[in-house]
Amino acid sequence: MSDYDKIRRTEKVRGTVFQIITYVFLAFWALIVLFPFYWMVLTSVKSYSAYNSEYIPKFFTLSPTLQNYADAFTAVPLARYFANTAVFTLVTTAVMLVVITLAAFAFARLEFRGRNIVFVIFLSLMMIPNELVVITNFVTITELNMRNTFAGLILPSVTSVFYIYLLKENFEQIPDSLYFAAKVDGTSDLKYLLKVLVPISKPTLVTITILKVIECWNSYVWPRLITDDENYYLVSNGIQEIRENGFGRENIPAMMAAVVVISFPLVVLFLIFHKKIMAGVSRGGLKG
Amino acid sequence: MEVTLQNLTKKFPSRDRKKREEVTAVSDFTFKIPDGKLIALLGPSGCGKSTTLNLISGLQKPTSGKIFFGEDDVTGLPPEKRGIGLVFQNYALYPHLTVQQNIMFPLENLKGKEKLTREKMLEKAQAAAKLVQIDELMERKPGELSGGQQQRVAIARALVKMPRVLLMDEPLSNLDARLRLQTREEIRRIQRETGITTIFVTHDQEEAMSISDMIVVMKEGVLQQIGRPQEVYDSPANLFVAKFLGTPPINVFRGQVRDGWLYLGTEAVLEAKGIGNREVYAGIRPEGFRLQKDGPFGCALRGVEVMGRDVSVICQSEASLDPQIRAIIDSESTVDPQAPVVRFGLNPRKVLLFDRETEERILEG
Amino acid sequence: MSKEKLNSLKGWLYLLPAILFLGVFMVYPLIDVFVYSFEEGYNSASQTYFGVGSYNYSYVLHDTYFLQAVKNTFILVLITVPLSTGIALLISVALSSIKPLRNLFQTVYFLPYVTNTLAVGLVFMILFKKTAYSDGLVNLLINWFGGDSVDFIDGSYWAKMFVLCFYTIWVVMPFKILILTSALASVSQEYYNAARVDGTSKLRTFMRITLPMISPMIFYLVITGFIGAFKAYSDAVALFGTNLNAAEMNTIVGYVYDMLYGDSGGYPSYASAAAILLFAIVLTITCINLLISKKKVHY
Repeated sequence: MSDYDKIRRTEKVRGTVFQIITYVFLAFWALIVLFPFYWMVLTSVKSYSAYNSEYIPKFFTLSPTLQNYADAFTAVPLARYFANTAVFTLVTTAVMLVVITLAAFAFARLEFRGRNIVFVIFLSLMMIPNELVVITNFVTITELNMRNTFAGLILPSVTSVFYIYLLKENFEQIPDSLYFAAKVDGTSDLKYLLKVLVPISKPTLVTITILKVIECWNSYVWPRLITDDENYYLVSNGIQEIRENGFGRENIPAMMAAVVVISFPLVVLFLIFHKKIMAGVSRGGLKG
Repeated sequence: MEVTLQNLTKKFPSRDRKKREEVTAVSDFTFKIPDGKLIALLGPSGCGKSTTLNLISGLQKPTSGKIFFGEDDVTGLPPEKRGIGLVFQNYALYPHLTVQQNIMFPLENLKGKEKLTREKMLEKAQAAAKLVQIDELMERKPGELSGGQQQRVAIARALVKMPRVLLMDEPLSNLDARLRLQTREEIRRIQRETGITTIFVTHDQEEAMSISDMIVVMKEGVLQQIGRPQEVYDSPANLFVAKFLGTPPINVFRGQVRDGWLYLGTEAVLEAKGIGNREVYAGIRPEGFRLQKDGPFGCALRGVEVMGRDVSVICQSEASLDPQIRAIIDSESTVDPQAPVVRFGLNPRKVLLFDRETEERILEG
Repeated sequence: MSKEKLNSLKGWLYLLPAILFLGVFMVYPLIDVFVYSFEEGYNSASQTYFGVGSYNYSYVLHDTYFLQAVKNTFILVLITVPLSTGIALLISVALSSIKPLRNLFQTVYFLPYVTNTLAVGLVFMILFKKTAYSDGLVNLLINWFGGDSVDFIDGSYWAKMFVLCFYTIWVVMPFKILILTSALASVSQEYYNAARVDGTSKLRTFMRITLPMISPMIFYLVITGFIGAFKAYSDAVALFGTNLNAAEMNTIVGYVYDMLYGDSGGYPSYASAAAILLFAIVLTITCINLLISKKKVHY
């Protein structure tokens, strides 16, 4: 029997050692993930002179200051970048939701000639990389004199074939009987869509909204192409602008304050909705 | 290999975390499974039979109690050290491996002295496959096999190492009715040929009765009865066992024993010698009725179902617990379906009495 | 008008906005980009061109900036895709082997997904940058371990490439960890029980059972990873600024945008040719990936 005891004990020791290694490894990666965030907040509350006098960077500060945040909002038009991005994000997301809901409804519910062909064409568009079409779009928007306008920023990104597809699948899961019941009651298609389908599909719509908001908030390439007037910069371009022409001098603490402000909304959004966001991303499979 | 369970108990923390109470899945089991037999753990779902199997396999650890294989206490051993073969309910065949690779998988794990050459492994895998008659399908993948064939592969994989004990979790539940009949005969044959002590879990009493040497009836974690199938059927320990075994199920009546006679309603239907006056449940097997013009037991006729060999007589009685009574008589007898009342004589060996309170069997003194 | 026709019209009406936007900003540009790429000497101001031919392609293919961008992109792809997938697999396996704190770790690991690439890139730049005032935090760590300071942002090619790869991996990890942990969770416990009963070692269980079972997801990640890494751009901008050609850190996508607009910009024809070349590369690599995965993925 002592033989068995030995087996039992070694198994247990091995298990514990394995567990410890696992946790150390996971904690190490968590550190790599979180450290930049810590560093950006830390740097943002160090004073300009304190930061520049640290030849060896310090891991904490005893005299935190909010001066950098004030600088970030006054020395560069951070508030304007912020407002621009908010408008861009809200309008793009709102218009997109309308467009894709209508399209998904048509594909899922309405019977009309050519529906299937159009759907196949839509699906095949999913494979087109953005880099291929951005060139002509740039030229189009320029020729329409819409550079440095919100319309120019927003219009090219108000449709997403992928989200139409996602929403159509969702709509199709709702039983036909609901539609026919509504028809018997004399409900119009539009009313059925708004009063029945949309409320039932709320979870999917919320997921799509969150993903689109993240995408909008972080978009960089298109805004960079289409705006060169600071009044229309979004946060990403703003950050790049601050980095290159910044605060007149290289003011890293103030830069970090701007970075914190810019990152803040999405991090809060994430902390509130992390389950939804993660479920949505794993279902959506976006961002290759 | 003889398998002995000694005061085996398994408790789970309640799923509802707020409640502190524990759920007892297996409560104080003590019994011995003789060497080389086919044993069924039988009970309705949630009775703890799968937990018992997992305890024997070592996939779960008991809260208290011991498990012996022969003389060895295996209670604390991990599954791979116990020398068992396990057939899973869903077979758990690796979908990316061929039948042959699946069967050889356990052999490839052997290390040190036990390590086999590739030829030896192939030979063993071939022998196991031959035993379950799938040696023609070695190059296929599990996805290309029927349910019954997958089941055979799973059994071959469990047998290839010649385990001391073979365990099967609901081995037939994923098969359709026809295949189930066929496969259970197959299991019986394989067990006979190998002589390996085999324990299988099932909720289907017919399955358990038809092939096993012994059945272990369980309910809510508590052992009800162990015995040879016919023994348990003829002489159930309590009302639960009586009701659980047999199709169609036993008919249960409220009755009294008065002055040496069993009364159902107002009628004295059977002599009950040596039993004191008391309230009882009387269980009458469907085959315990026989038509008799002036028989002691009468009930309202509701219908007659002719099913080839047998005839089912459906009737009603005030005393019955269930809305319907089903009696099976041979097809030679004829019942007038229009008659309002039908009268039966009863076969004393098919009438079982249970205490009204404890539901334990009352044996005639 | 008949009822059927009316219904048909209604369907199209609902689709109209989507068709309009997709038509203008996707289908038309898709055709147009090919046209541009063959129009020689296109001038966007006067909208004229000299002739039709493959000159744009030959120009791009002989442009040292483009060749540099191709080289950078390939190095980036070949380093980051296998490395990020491998590390993500390790982390996911570790994650699924623990119970306490699992959700917390999972949430933390996902955080980079929601952050602004440009903004956090700036933080990375500061961590790695060596200035007159300070060698930066990473160099401090290197010094601790007895190494010499390296200028990661304005220094040697491979130092810069290292930071770019490091940051790219940091950015793509959340998605991969998420996908792999859910893939691991979907492998039925029965397989692991079966393997345990057979006495399969942990390593062998992983190599022979877990890995083949999640191989479709791994290949999915590799394929999307390749596509994503070939389009790398904003990570590089975040670290090295908009003038990537000067930093020798340009990517193919960066080259396209630079050609289109920016200091050296104004050449949509060259941009189109470069974009189509990129598309061809990505398409080829994806096809190769798919062919390999057909052979390797088991079911």
